[in-house]
Parts: sequence; C-alpha cells; structure tokens
Amino acid sequence: MLTYLINGISLGSVYAIIALGYTMVYGIAKMLNFAHGDVIMVGGYMAFCATSYLGWPAVPSVLFSVFVCTILGIVIEKLAYKPLRNATSLAVLITAIGVSYFLQNAALLIWTSNPKAFPNLVNFPGITIGSAQVSSVALVTIIACIVIMVALTLFTGKTKMGKAMRAVSEDKGAAQLMGINVNGTISLTFAIGSGLAAIAGVLLCSAYPTLMPTTGSMPGIKAFTAAVFGGIGSIPGAMLGGILLGIIEIYAKAYISTQLSDAIVFAVLIIVLIVKPTGLLGKKIKEKV
Amino acid sequence: MSMLKVEDINVYYGSIHAIKGISFEVNEGEIVTLIGANGAGKSTTLNTVAGLLKPHTGSIEFEGSSVLGLPAHKVVNKGIALCPEGRRIFLQLTVQENLEMGAYTRPGSEISASISDVYDRFPRLKERYRQVAGTLSGGEQQMLAMGRALMSKPKLMMLDEPSMGLAPILVEQIFNIITELNKAGTTILLVEQNAQMALSVAHRAYVLETGRIVTTGTGAELLHNDAVRKAYLGG
Repeated sequence: MLTYLINGISLGSVYAIIALGYTMVYGIAKMLNFAHGDVIMVGGYMAFCATSYLGWPAVPSVLFSVFVCTILGIVIEKLAYKPLRNATSLAVLITAIGVSYFLQNAALLIWTSNPKAFPNLVNFPGITIGSAQVSSVALVTIIACIVIMVALTLFTGKTKMGKAMRAVSEDKGAAQLMGINVNGTISLTFAIGSGLAAIAGVLLCSAYPTLMPTTGSMPGIKAFTAAVFGGIGSIPGAMLGGILLGIIEIYAKAYISTQLSDAIVFAVLIIVLIVKPTGLLGKKIKEKV
Repeated sequence: MSMLKVEDINVYYGSIHAIKGISFEVNEGEIVTLIGANGAGKSTTLNTVAGLLKPHTGSIEFEGSSVLGLPAHKVVNKGIALCPEGRRIFLQLTVQENLEMGAYTRPGSEISASISDVYDRFPRLKERYRQVAGTLSGGEQQMLAMGRALMSKPKLMMLDEPSMGLAPILVEQIFNIITELNKAGTTILLVEQNAQMALSVAHRAYVLETGRIVTTGTGAELLHNDAVRKAYLGG
C-alpha cells in the first residue's frame, strides 16, 4: 500500500518535471510544444552516450545531457517556432508535431530502433520506510522534483528574470514597454523547459531502463495531460497534476488493471475538465475596467 | 529645443492606412496633446513612437538621434515611456512587482529609491504594495500604470487615455498629477478623448482626423476654436 504510494509519487515526479516544461512554454508562448516529449528522449540518449560510449561518471553525464537539451530547446524555438510568432495557433501546433516526428526519426537514424539498455546511474542502496521499500531511483526522483519545484518557485517569485517571465506571460506588449526583451524571455523559457526535460529523461530511463526513439512519446502525452489536469500555465498546477497522475496510474495498475491504467488516467482527466475546465489550479483571471 | 520630432510617418495595419503622413514635435518641458475621435490614429501614433509598431515611411528622432525601427524594449532605454491605453498593468503581479518591472532597464541599486518616490506620489499604492494588481480599483490601476511608467525615469512620458473609464473626481486627480509631473521636469505627450481636460492642461495640441493632423495650436487657442469646439467639446 505505502510502496504503491511512494512509487506513484516517484512516477508522478517525473511527469511533474516534464509537465513544468509544457506549462511554462504554454504560459509564455501560448503554444503547446508537442516536441517536448521527444526532448526527453534526446536527454536519455545523451546520458546513455556519455556513460556507455565515453565512459563518463553519472553526474557529468547528466550535466552533459542537460546542456545538450537546453541548446536543443533554444534551437528548436529559434528555427521552428519563432518564425510563426504571429501565425495561427493551428500552424504552430502542426509545426510542433512536425518537430516531434523530426526528432524521433533523427534518433531512429542515429541509434536505430533497437532498444538500448540504459545504464544504472544511481548506485546506492534504497531505503526502507515502515513496510515500504523505496528504491534509490525513486528516492532520487522525488528529491530532484522537490529541488526543482523550490528552485523554480524562487526563480519566478524572487528574481528579476523570473518576474519578467511572469510579466511576459501576462502581456507581451506591456512587458516590451517595460524594456523586457520578449524574444529573449521566450528563449530562456524553452531553455529551462528543455533542461528539465533532460533531467526527466535520465530519471525516466533510470526507472524504466529501455531507451528507444519513441521513449518520450507516452510520458510526454501523460505529462501534457498532467499539465492540463493541474491547470495549464500554472507551475504549482503542473507539479500537483503530475504527482496525482502518477499516483492514480500506479494504483490503477495495482488494484484495477494494468491494461486499463492509461484509460483510467485519461478518464480522470476528462472528469476533472468537465467539473473544472481550467484544471485544478488553473488561473482565474480577474479583470477590472 | 525639440525633444521628439516625428516627420511624415505612414503606418499600416495590414492594408488599412491608419496614419497618413503625420508630423509633429514635442519640445522639452511641454505638455503636448493629441486629440481626435475614435479611430483617428492617436493610439497608433503613440504605439509607433514607442516602437510597438513600425512605420512604413517617415522618421522619428528623439534628442537628435533616430529611434525609428528600434524594438520597443530598446526605446525605453532612450528615455521614452508609454503608459498604454487600458493601463495594461500586470494583473497577476503585486503592486510592488509591477513597479519593479517598470524599472527593468535600470540598475538594481537605484530601484528602491524610485519605488519610494512613486509611493510618495501615490500613497494608495503604498498601502497596497503586496496586493495583486488585479484587485485594485480602476483609479488605483491607473495610478499604478503611471507609477510603473515613471519607474523608468523617462524624459518623455506618453500617456494614452489616462482618464478612460474613471469617475470625474478621479479624472481631475489624474490631470493634476500629470501637471505636477510636468512641473517636476517630465515632458508629456498626452492622448485623450476628454478634449476639454486635455486642452486645458496642454501647452500645445494637435487635432487628428482619420490619420491626418488637421489643426494645431496652443491648448488655449484650440479650446476657443469654433471647429474644435463643435467637433470635440460638444459645441
């Protein structure tokens, strides 16, 4: 029982970290970056290459993966999305799906469709809490999620760049009038989101150690669901949505049916959206004239 | 000396020719107002000077150097602030955070002094500094928008419809503040629907009609100009 809960929180933490990328990009650029899931996959492959081919230890490998994905995120935004800044949202959405296919097929060319066994980067024993065994990977995942959440909250709440990010997400024109470089802020958001995706990729592959070009798709979709569930555009919402989704998924697998668990997850989403269309912590915009 | 010199600008929204060759000047220390009906191109003119819109042709000079084609976030650095139509304060940020955003281009060490200056001018904002701006009343939001624009220490402050939607007593208060700011050394370019108020505080005024300047003169002259009275002052 407790074991399921901890596993759920751990899986949910991965979803939450991915969902942060979706929700931040949506908040700033008002677009759904469906290539986000595939950045996770690239993050996994980068860490895999660093450890397995170059023989690097865990920490530098993860940092390398974060570095590559951060750059990748900025490049994707510059090349694919920035030219469409004033295009219809449908055009941007289709482009995002195109980028997603591009990344998957590029990975297919480079690493083939044969699954790679992801190396074990977390080399210490798990712990026991009461009756529950907590694996070291689960522990690291949960801690990483907490650290990221605290860091992002401080960043958006206390720093000049973070406040500027919130200003841009609310009103780009007014933000420009303040002297905020809107394009720079959008780049920064993609950089942070993609860096987080790399971390999520490493954590995901550590928990489920088979790496394929499609590895990022399903977690990407689920994390997107989590972001909508929590209220897209809201950072605490993404966290809450991710963790709840993870818990629901693990309990559904354990007590109802492994095959149906995904269906149950999405059914919960549908119910939440019927009852509260803005998601659990969705922004209520109060306007006074 | 002319601080802002706009010469023969043409601005299009898609195929709509919104500004048809407007030229005007703002001298240091003046209050200049642009008046005119809805859709005459007043806001478009301010947005173009601020760098939010790019004119097809024409020139915009500020303190002797061209600001034409600069992105809006760089125009602020030159000393031009726009307090936009509809206020556009950041509703989900606190009052104090809004003011901090106004000082985005300035070094962090100078900001707290400027924030206390704004609070001295607008004591209501000080009372509410931790409140989310969306909870302020309309008048308070206008004060916040003006305070936020002042945070960049502008040499030229452009105000777009500052009296919009406000009760008469507040309108008067806002115009008093505009006059005070001007006396303290800020040059003002004001766009207003409330022509009566605008002309009574302005040193000079330009009347816009469908993208063109049709009349110009001192505020007092235009207040007594028959055509202007008929069109904008209710006879």
